[in-house]
Amino acid sequence: MDFTFTDDERAFQDAISRFLMTEAAPEALREIWETDAGRSPDLRNKMAEQGLTALSIPEEAGGLGMGDLVWSLMTQELGYYGIPDSLADTAYVSAGLISVLPDSVSDRKGWLEQIAEGGVRVAIGHPVNPLVADAHLADFTLLNHEGEIHAVPRSLIDVEQNPSIDSSRRLCRVMWEPSSATRIADAETGAPIWDEALNRGALSVAGQLLGLAQRMLDLSVDYVAQRKQFGKPIGSFQAVKHHLADVASKIEFAKPVLYRAAYSLQHGNADASLHISQAHVACGEAAHLAARHGIQVHGAMGYTWEVDLQMFMKRTWALESSWGDRAFHKARISAAIFADDAPLGPGQTFGRS
Amino acid sequence: MDLNYTPRQQAFREEVRGWLKENLPAEKLASYDTREGFEQHREWERKLFKARLSMVMWPEELGGRGCDLTEWLIFEEEYYAADAPMRVNQNGQLLLGPTLMEFGTEEQKKRFLPRMAASDDMWAQAWSEPNAGSDMAAISSKAIRDGDHYIINGQKTWSTRAIYADWAFGLFRSDADSKRHHGLSFLMVPLDAEGVTIRPIKALNGKDAFAEIFFDNVRVPVENRIGEEGSGWHVAMATAGFERGLLLRSPARFQQPVRKLIELYKANQEAADRDPSIRDAVMDVWSGAESYALSAYQSVGRLARGEKIGAESSINKIIWSELDLKIHETAMRILGATGELLSSAPQSTDDHGWLEGFLFAQAGPIYAGANEIQRNIIAERVLGLPKA
Repeated sequence: MDFTFTDDERAFQDAISRFLMTEAAPEALREIWETDAGRSPDLRNKMAEQGLTALSIPEEAGGLGMGDLVWSLMTQELGYYGIPDSLADTAYVSAGLISVLPDSVSDRKGWLEQIAEGGVRVAIGHPVNPLVADAHLADFTLLNHEGEIHAVPRSLIDVEQNPSIDSSRRLCRVMWEPSSATRIADAETGAPIWDEALNRGALSVAGQLLGLAQRMLDLSVDYVAQRKQFGKPIGSFQAVKHHLADVASKIEFAKPVLYRAAYSLQHGNADASLHISQAHVACGEAAHLAARHGIQVHGAMGYTWEVDLQMFMKRTWALESSWGDRAFHKARISAAIFADDAPLGPGQTFGRS
Repeated sequence: MDLNYTPRQQAFREEVRGWLKENLPAEKLASYDTREGFEQHREWERKLFKARLSMVMWPEELGGRGCDLTEWLIFEEEYYAADAPMRVNQNGQLLLGPTLMEFGTEEQKKRFLPRMAASDDMWAQAWSEPNAGSDMAAISSKAIRDGDHYIINGQKTWSTRAIYADWAFGLFRSDADSKRHHGLSFLMVPLDAEGVTIRPIKALNGKDAFAEIFFDNVRVPVENRIGEEGSGWHVAMATAGFERGLLLRSPARFQQPVRKLIELYKANQEAADRDPSIRDAVMDVWSGAESYALSAYQSVGRLARGEKIGAESSINKIIWSELDLKIHETAMRILGATGELLSSAPQSTDDHGWLEGFLFAQAGPIYAGANEIQRNIIAERVLGLPKA
């Protein structure tokens, strides 16, 4: 029994953090987000050079073969630095889906190799999300037709863009015709694969929400330590302190929930869906509170476009309902814990394997 | 990361489970806030001690088993899952015990720890005073040196179960001219000493759950002092740290009532669902108790790696106290109109002691350092915000 990360895993997280701190500063992101495509090939190439696109690709396809646990550290960094959807959707969620496709899918290994090299963007259209993020520039999109899995190249889809309040988002309605040429798995094969993709997408969002919460807390702490009123930093006032202490508490107790969920998914735990929905809700609540209290302690500055807090608040409000909104995840929790055979009480903490 | 128990840990779990099944009292013990219940709980503690299960983490020579923190978590899980009696000597065993191990002399350890493990000595705290609550450095009770004794004068309050206890420990001002956290000494005082008067204070549940202690020229030998004279604040801060920390409120203590709350909800679902927010509250406390347990396993792993847990323990205290409150508030909402009935009432539907737990949960955000103080600590020591 050891519920901690290794020093190597922690060092990896620190390295990612240092890299993104320099390469994805808020002013750079703002510029990228204002472009039509909303994405920067330059930043993307740098991430690929760092190996970020190869994390969960199996070693035989040129990747690093890491699992959901390492991704739970990585997605927190993606959230903290406000990295848009395309990286996690391609290198984590889609890569996970592709790697469990049957051997009969001849392109499988090639796709994984290309993802590892950073040479391809993949979008994923899971039915839980009404729109597909980044389908406008994905080389191909994984789509669901009556449970089947289709891999549809950009040339065979039409997209209608739906602007979001989160300037980093590029949400598309995708129009396409299913055909035997695009189908890579039938509905029976596809069902568990889509289920796993949903869990992985929800876990990815949970990690990003937790990272966003931490970023908003850090921005708020910096602000209240500097901003003076009544001759003192406002961070010395108890009402302000307690707002931020509550955010810190929420973050601290959402973290192990995220890690248990990641472990459960990586190890095929029978309660993985329950644990992931719990993580989505817990991390979402932490981020939601960090945004609410964050804007409150920023005062009117928090309501401006200029102050960076808005970038992270809006991403929070968008992601909270992504890969399953709160109602979806609460319904899954409800179904699991009120079931007759629910894993409840002391000694059941790590579920049934 | 490896979330599997080792065969040794599994075997320990089985042993504890088996022993509890064989040895649990046939009838529920009376409340330990009464004289009768207190002594029943002392008997139960002695039985645990004989099986070397009263203080599993203490070394074998003190009657423990030298368990690590993971095994302690397992013990607690089995203990609460079995609905075993509340632990009556926690103030001694969990607060003073670790303090003695860290700051006590070899002589003090030998003299006090085995009797504490066996509950031959029952311990009460003597921290708060009428004018020193959240502001503990305002303590004014004095312990003035007279040769190889201290002479104690003053008043302590909110001492849990002090009218039944044998000993008390706390902070006294040994330098009469000192201010704030300087000049304090940490002393252990036998409650049958001449000059000690204990007056019970009736708690919310109508029982003598705590007390005031008056000291009128009470003579205590110097060897009852822990740590150096005048350095009591330092010793006490370590005790306060343990108190807020993990040991006093193990996660199983909340996971078990949550399991029962889910049963209560399911048994009364039709009535409860008239208010849809009840189901949501049940789900919320389920998540809270799980999260608290996961955090505990994480802390145990970090401690095993040699990391220190510092001011984050203030977060812990807020989480468990507010969780406990919400668990019991939700149960009371489900019980509805019969919730107010005492368990002795013929029409009571409360067969788990929800009302009693609800009352006690009101105290959680107040004792062991009020939650407002904990939030200040988090803001200043975890987040680094400026002092007021």
